[in-house]
Amino acid sequence: MAQCDKTSLAESDTNFQTIWCDEETVSAMNGVEGYMYPNEVRLYWSVLIVLYPYITGLVAGAFILASLVRIFHVKAVAPTYRLALLTALSFLIVAPLPLTLHLGQPQRAPEMYFTPHATSAMAMFGYVYLWYLMAVLVFEIWLDYRREIVLLSESATGWRRMLYRIMTLGSNNISERSLAIDERAGWIITLVGIPSAFILHGYVGFIFGSLKANPWWNSPLMPVVFIFSAMVSGIAAVMLLYMLTTKLRRLRIDMPCVDTIAKYLFYIFIIDFSLEMLDLVHRIYEADESFRSISFMVHTKLYFSQIILQIYIGTFIPLFLLALVQVKKLSEAARKTIYVVSGCLIEVAIISMRWNVVIGGQLFSKSFLGFTTYKMSLVTREGLLMSIALLILPLFILWLLVKLLPPWPDQESGKIHALPTPVS
Amino acid sequence: MNINRRHFLVMMPAAAIAWKYVLAGAPEDAPNYTMSEHWWGMLLDIPKCIGCGNCVRACQAENDVPNGYFRTWVERYLVTDWHLEHPEVISPDGGKEGFPVAQEEANGKYFFVPKMCNHCADSPCTQVCPVGATFIGPDGVVLIDPNYCLGCAYCVQACPYGCRYIHPEKRVADKCTLCYHRITKGLTTACCEACPTGARQLVDLKNPNDSIHAFLKTHDVQVLKPQMATSAKAFYNGLDGSVR
Repeated sequence: MAQCDKTSLAESDTNFQTIWCDEETVSAMNGVEGYMYPNEVRLYWSVLIVLYPYITGLVAGAFILASLVRIFHVKAVAPTYRLALLTALSFLIVAPLPLTLHLGQPQRAPEMYFTPHATSAMAMFGYVYLWYLMAVLVFEIWLDYRREIVLLSESATGWRRMLYRIMTLGSNNISERSLAIDERAGWIITLVGIPSAFILHGYVGFIFGSLKANPWWNSPLMPVVFIFSAMVSGIAAVMLLYMLTTKLRRLRIDMPCVDTIAKYLFYIFIIDFSLEMLDLVHRIYEADESFRSISFMVHTKLYFSQIILQIYIGTFIPLFLLALVQVKKLSEAARKTIYVVSGCLIEVAIISMRWNVVIGGQLFSKSFLGFTTYKMSLVTREGLLMSIALLILPLFILWLLVKLLPPWPDQESGKIHALPTPVS
Repeated sequence: MNINRRHFLVMMPAAAIAWKYVLAGAPEDAPNYTMSEHWWGMLLDIPKCIGCGNCVRACQAENDVPNGYFRTWVERYLVTDWHLEHPEVISPDGGKEGFPVAQEEANGKYFFVPKMCNHCADSPCTQVCPVGATFIGPDGVVLIDPNYCLGCAYCVQACPYGCRYIHPEKRVADKCTLCYHRITKGLTTACCEACPTGARQLVDLKNPNDSIHAFLKTHDVQVLKPQMATSAKAFYNGLDGSVR
């Protein structure tokens, strides 16, 4: 079962040795090099678990962007405020799906809520998720849209009227005083929401970072790296969505808005990259017992996804482009192109990072003597097509939400205010 | 009893949780077995292991372990002078059918290491289980409730020794139970019974008459990966420093 490849590590500078293997064994050993504990040959966390931190990260990042408007009074990014909230909600609704689909017994998933195990990071994540979904995001969106919902429940017809009436939750008072209370409550929820967003995604990092059995994951920096990478991916996603939706609506992109978003994106990306490099330098300098194994993995099995995709293409290029905008006066068209290219590359970088963490953490043996290979299936429950569907699904939900609760002014009734009044 | 709506709403979740515990049922009956009187572990005597694979076969037959997965397996180490920290290790099909002939000219020492769940007293696998489907009993055996496990594989990731897997048919976590169905009836485990050299011995640390107490006093016994601080109860005699 667990032997080595003939073209194995012995050829590398790692001094891993080629060991007993005949022709039949080589063909039967499923891409194993060196020695894996026999139960480690298969990967137990698939590409779906790669999607889970990626999607959750988008939620946290989008919410942080929304909070820039409400809490930090960054008025320039106000046109993206509601879009950011709806984006966060769309992705949050989908976030538990990859987890549930990956379970061997998905029908037992609610047990995590009914009989949680208090020492389990995963069990506690369920509550953090529920808190964030219901107490923060849905509540904030409802408060923010309450006035429009009440107005639409009166002006709409047919099933839409019924839907809006349900969404009012029986609260039809839209007097000045009532709206002022909404505003105040919304501000408080956003204030609570910022640490909640940090906890939500920090917790995802903690799920990996707290496993002492796996040196690739085990790091106190993991939750922090996850939080910053989440902010980067979420802000970039909302920026791209804003530019795309504005283009689709044939309106002019608000350049001060995207310039400001890009500025924040640039600074947060620098922090994120610095933290990741700190982790890397620490590992290299410390060089503990797992280092040779992990270093070999990064230079071989993860070379494309980590060195090429994540670092060279997904980090250096967008950082250079975003830095260029900060130091040089570029035309509007050039800046737009840079933002779109950088945003897309950043998404590639962050999804690669999730891949490198989740899949990379299972490619090497906990004996540090060998490596296995991940073979992604295509049409299975945990396959590539399902992953693509799970990435498209939030966009579809976002489309529905945008139809239901238009996030921009001058849409439909013409009465909708996109900008919340900051409460000082 | 006068219950208003508010009280009813408060009591509903509590009643639901209580009902879940009722549904979970009582543990299986084991007459003449008192859990609190035992603290089970395993002694693995490396110099005695001949790598015959009897233990692996016995375990698979006794516990219906699927092919390609292992509740126990045997590794063969070759430690050479130049690669003390990087031994050559093999375990063809978990050592189930034995091992190929060793190279006579090999410059180093060969030895076999049987592996299994360490039934850690501070086990990382039970710590991370989101529903508590895997747990350590009062008798020190780490078990999994297959009717409760979600199959999330978090425990598989958390085990430093690679002892867990997701059962391909049951789709829940699975691992060595220390033949719980046997030891609660006063028998030893299938692997211990099948071992021709006595390289594996079931031990009960709470039994003052168990020979393990004398053995521990007179031998250099270690556990795997002590830096993991899992309070492992798979005790290895003659464990080489290169073994992981």
